Amino acid sequence: MNDKPISNRAWFLVVPVMVFVLFSSLIPMMTVVNYSVQDSMGQNSFFWNGSEWFRHLFDPTTDIGGRFSRALVRNLVFSGVVLLIEIPLGILVALCIPKRGWAVGAVLVSMTLPMLIPWNVVGTIWQVFARADIGLLGAALTGAGIPFNNTQDPLSAWSTIVVMDVWHWTSMVALLCYAGLKAIPDAFYQAARIDGAGRWSVFRNIELPKLRRVLIIAVLLRFMESFMIYTEPAVVTGGGPGEATSFLSLDLVKIALGQVDLGNAAALSLVYNLITLTLCWIFFTTMTQLDARGSA
Amino acid sequence: MTRRIVIGLYLLMLALPIYWLINMSFKDNVEITSALTFWPHRPTIEHYVHIFQDPAWYGGFLNSLSYVFLNTVISVVIALPAAYAFSRYRFLGDKHLFFWLLSNLMAPPAVYAMPFFNLYSAVGLFDTVWAVALAHCLFNVPLAVWILEGFMSGVPREIDETAALDGYSFPRFFFRIFVPLIANGIGVAAFFCFMFSWVEQLLATTLTTVNAKPFVAVMTRTYSAAGMDWGLLAAAGVLTMIPGAIVIWFVRNNIAKGFALGRV
Repeated sequence: MNDKPISNRAWFLVVPVMVFVLFSSLIPMMTVVNYSVQDSMGQNSFFWNGSEWFRHLFDPTTDIGGRFSRALVRNLVFSGVVLLIEIPLGILVALCIPKRGWAVGAVLVSMTLPMLIPWNVVGTIWQVFARADIGLLGAALTGAGIPFNNTQDPLSAWSTIVVMDVWHWTSMVALLCYAGLKAIPDAFYQAARIDGAGRWSVFRNIELPKLRRVLIIAVLLRFMESFMIYTEPAVVTGGGPGEATSFLSLDLVKIALGQVDLGNAAALSLVYNLITLTLCWIFFTTMTQLDARGSA
Repeated sequence: MTRRIVIGLYLLMLALPIYWLINMSFKDNVEITSALTFWPHRPTIEHYVHIFQDPAWYGGFLNSLSYVFLNTVISVVIALPAAYAFSRYRFLGDKHLFFWLLSNLMAPPAVYAMPFFNLYSAVGLFDTVWAVALAHCLFNVPLAVWILEGFMSGVPREIDETAALDGYSFPRFFFRIFVPLIANGIGVAAFFCFMFSWVEQLLATTLTTVNAKPFVAVMTRTYSAAGMDWGLLAAAGVLTMIPGAIVIWFVRNNIAKGFALGRV
């Protein structure tokens, strides 16, 4: 890592990326910052509003503050639940992927398919699938005597969204782990066989340590993605029933594009973005430290 | 044996909702709403015919494919030199720049919906496929840089040095020798750009109204019409899976490495 030559001329190679990202990230961000400290009387006349929007946002007694804190908690719970299911399930699936033959390709391709379906189609699939009248899952559950209605009952709505996310993204965890497992040399397994190690101890002492790196990528990618979730719940539940599944993104879109409440939306955007940025920083430092340790 | 059962059950779980959608797309709306049937008793392709005859529908499909294509090309082309710089050199602010790029990957698209609307209206690109293609660069360029950097770091630097000693100019070395060496990585990066641009919906629908309306936005029309046209919706959904399934086939051998971002 550290034996790379120093050359500031390398900056020229980075310039195209810089220009693009400045255009598509920094300029829009500045607009948001601008809105977050101003208020409008309409007719495009803005005046300075200081930190008013932010004070509202962090005060749970205001309408916006209450919505923000409830949505944030919901988001964190959702990400936690999803990780707790997807990571173990993904590891299990990765361990069961065939080792050789035509089946490998077939399994990998069919596993990846859910991730290539547009997100609102994923929502549509599950909206249909979970309906009690025309959907297989909904009908099966109702038939089995379980009360299930994802437009009326918060628990049903939540379980639909969690199951949908597991369906959608477990394969990513599994593929990452599969890549990690493939990198383990056969000699390790042979040595384990000679030592008479059981299946569990092979997993515990050989496979899991080798998976640590990819698991960190998996956990953080899954966390980020579930933290930003918008399209799927927007289609399946629209944030309802009530506000039971209304996550931060859904709230933000409602405020920004629905109510065109620019000040509140901008303040919420910035805080939301800072939260993800902090998490991203943790991700990045963990990764680079592991890189450093790996090459040392 | 247990392994086969587990993987079989998992694949079954993945397949069930998709099977239900395909099943529904071949039924007429009477059959869909009247009873649960596990295969279409009166199979019909009327929904597919409808989509292929209505310019709004197939136009939407073409719009989606064009912004995805533009985005993939732009992202990979501008990411290549940057990834090379990150994988081969240290330079002033490289770590900060890399982190800043990654942070764009993690930014919620919902945050950008409103400012993008203003930005692309201001520069006159609103409601064109270019607006969506450029907007998706927000997360696809950093992603492409990240993946390509991983693959490039796997190529020993001695190759660069030998080529320089042999009198290759940098551009000639880059395109003749280096690019073929990381062809897999380019394939994987393009696959991921395709994937994330194809599945994204929030920005694509915010930045278009009429002329460049993506397929996923046309789908929302079936909600508003008298009642719900379930069959049509299902057929449209099935069609959106096809490009992904085709693209996936090309990268099937590199998929696992690609998901580990070239870092295993």
